[in-house]
Amino acid sequence: MRGIITASGYLPHWRLERSAIAAVLGSGGGAGTRSVASYDEDPVTLGVAAARVVLASGIDAELVDSLSFATTAPVYAEKSGAPLLHAALRLPGSVSTLDAGPGLRGAASALRNALHSSDRLVAVVAGDVRTGLAGSTDESGGGDAGAAVLVGDDSVGPLVAEFLGDASATHEFLDRWRAPGELRVHAWEERFGQQRYDDLSVDAWDRALAACGLTDGDVARVAVSAPHARAGAVLAKRLGAAGVEVTDRLERSVGFCGAAHPGLLVADLLERSSPGEVVALVSLADGADVTVLRRTEATMSGPTVAEQVDGGSALPYGKYLAWRGVLPVQPPNRPEPARMSASAAERRSDWKYGFVGSRDRSSGALHLPPARVSYLGQHVDDMDPTPVADRRATVATFTVDSLAYSPSPPVVFAVCDFEGGGRLPLELTDVAAADVRIGMEVEMTFRRIGTADGIANYFWKARPAPGSVTPGEAD
Amino acid sequence: MGSHGIADRVAIVSMGCTPFREHWDRGVDDLAIDATLESLSAIDLRPADVDAWWLGTAQSGMSGITLAAPLKLEGVPVTRVENYCATGSEALRQACYAVASGAYDVAAAVGVEKVKDSGYQGLNAFPIPTDGTQRTLTAAAMFSLVAPAYARKYGVDPTELRRTLARIASKNHANGARNPRAQFRREMDVDAICRMPEVAGMLSVFDCAGVADGAASAVVVRAEDAHRYTDAPLYVKALSFVAGNGSGLLDPDYDYTHFPECEMAARDAYAQAGITDPRRELAMAEVHDCFTPTELVLMEDLGFSDRGTAWQDCEAGVFDLHGELPVNTDGGLKSFGHPVGASGLRMLFECWLQLRGEAPEDRRIQTADRGLALTHNLGGYPGEMVSFVGIWGSDRG
Repeated sequence: MRGIITASGYLPHWRLERSAIAAVLGSGGGAGTRSVASYDEDPVTLGVAAARVVLASGIDAELVDSLSFATTAPVYAEKSGAPLLHAALRLPGSVSTLDAGPGLRGAASALRNALHSSDRLVAVVAGDVRTGLAGSTDESGGGDAGAAVLVGDDSVGPLVAEFLGDASATHEFLDRWRAPGELRVHAWEERFGQQRYDDLSVDAWDRALAACGLTDGDVARVAVSAPHARAGAVLAKRLGAAGVEVTDRLERSVGFCGAAHPGLLVADLLERSSPGEVVALVSLADGADVTVLRRTEATMSGPTVAEQVDGGSALPYGKYLAWRGVLPVQPPNRPEPARMSASAAERRSDWKYGFVGSRDRSSGALHLPPARVSYLGQHVDDMDPTPVADRRATVATFTVDSLAYSPSPPVVFAVCDFEGGGRLPLELTDVAAADVRIGMEVEMTFRRIGTADGIANYFWKARPAPGSVTPGEAD
Repeated sequence: MGSHGIADRVAIVSMGCTPFREHWDRGVDDLAIDATLESLSAIDLRPADVDAWWLGTAQSGMSGITLAAPLKLEGVPVTRVENYCATGSEALRQACYAVASGAYDVAAAVGVEKVKDSGYQGLNAFPIPTDGTQRTLTAAAMFSLVAPAYARKYGVDPTELRRTLARIASKNHANGARNPRAQFRREMDVDAICRMPEVAGMLSVFDCAGVADGAASAVVVRAEDAHRYTDAPLYVKALSFVAGNGSGLLDPDYDYTHFPECEMAARDAYAQAGITDPRRELAMAEVHDCFTPTELVLMEDLGFSDRGTAWQDCEAGVFDLHGELPVNTDGGLKSFGHPVGASGLRMLFECWLQLRGEAPEDRRIQTADRGLALTHNLGGYPGEMVSFVGIWGSDRG
């Protein structure tokens, strides 16, 4: 039996109140909130954050045969994005990778391909940062997220959802478009696309259910992912009338997260469903893809999408505009960091991407970064690789640097002591400087440190572990 | 195996030191020429009389040609050295060893840094290709980690410690105000410093060394030859250097309240010089006050104060110009700024003036008859630093 082993959505820490947009621009915005990727997050890091959760679910990562990555905002045009995720996730070298994009539809196509594949385990990952001109509906209606769906056979591990069947519909029409590198998304009159999506979604839905031998009434719950709110409304209305629960599209609380939205909704759909229920994802993007699943009794781990929707911290609109580069702001008068060395980074790939240190067999001392000679006893070449990405650490001491170069000053920097030993001074992120305390528990997060000469430089930072921050307790 | 030192085998017989300034009108060549010729002309030497040269510069030039070309030296060795912010001391150290070895009769150490041509404030290291995982904090932030750690370990109220740090800055500014070579010559009172906005941890810009261009030089000969050049040479009593292995960044036991590299360098230097009670035996000390918490902790690392008590000693004025052990009587990095290659030699220049009784009256120490001075120069950051300690004496033992 083929199906979904587990799925997870990742919402970044920051939220933009849409009312904050009108407060600045005088109009636009609307109600609710959208999720906002931090200045040091991008589609790759959002994807890594989600994928780390599904790979930490007890599945042997060595069994992953292929990895796909979908985004509408690729970091590079020439270079592929998926190998970056592959390195950060410490997947085997034999894995095949696929960049399912650019383009909105790649995410749903990648999920479909994984469900039809004979690979033992497929990691279907997406990450997206949705921007737009200030005041645009893409800015207010978009959201940033990562999503990961682990697809495989039940011989590999218990499925949280069995794959029952699917159907796709493809038809060329011009609804929304954006040239590579362009900030603004252009759209044809919305009613045109809406009606095309209405036809395509009904067509794909009917064929998918026929393939499964099911009728509308057999389906407990359906999630619809679509680039604008009205797309798929006809199908949703029909299903609602048949007693099918149409789940919240997360448009009001998160926004439409582009290539990450289908995966985000799959995770949310499965997290909300009970064993035995038939559920379906309808993904509308330059066509329609319908996937029908049956929830099993297997449990899912990690924070749910709903829990993450309730979390986060508000971000001022000005900061949002600066982080996305919509509003260029004055950088500190310091030299910008130099580009990383490709060969040095490749030599240290396990450290830089995988966050693997080394532990001296004789003294047990953990070395971050990995070393050949131990600082305790000077033993030579007698160390074991030791991953620390999933370990928590405690802030031993910290400082706030208003002078250092940063895309978003000040830099909050902490000496982090890891559970099980080892120390590494690290930059903190997703935190207000005033909330940092000695003794605070932090978790590790893969981030984009900066960009120089067109090269995105990634490494790990620390951020407060859930529940470790009580804002407003400044000394 | 052992560290034996070269006590009393070599002597400093002349020194030069340019004013430390934003020298917009002087390049690295000018500064090196000025400092070198000042030390040579004082004892009627010409560049051709020097047998071997050591040039300390962190990033104002590469190779010995940086000095040989402006001075048009002919047929002599010039070694350019770099050892972080202890570069100037390192150049001097190598010149001393060269003379002690018997290889050369007359050696010169020149330290120079042209900092103000970068277009940026502060010191900025040139980029070495890396894997991109290194932190990019400022030195101020790295040293600011010391203050809260110290306050916590010794139960000092952070507001109290803030005042102690301001007092250190105020003391050095008071000394610098009396020094025409210093970059900053204004006194700063403690309250004014405490009111400055924080830029890194609890540190304000007034907790940080200034940024200046400058150069300094020394002429080194065998001790037995010293009186051919001057009636009042300074003898090398100890030279020690420790390059840390960075374990403070790896080891959770390191608590940011002390600098082991400095402790080790001091221990070695005191052994070489036969010093057992530095607070009472030394006439003065010039230490690396790159940031105020650095000077605080150094008072303990160098054995001037017991652990956890330096803040009280600072408050009590122990290290003031007329205190029990005057520290940074020339104004320190705080007043001089920190042209990296020059600072170590600038520290020795102050000892040279004070031990010879040549410091101007308004900043002359009252302890000069103790006859011993210490220079301490470090580079790097807490957890990962290099440290130099030199001890200099007016009498040959």
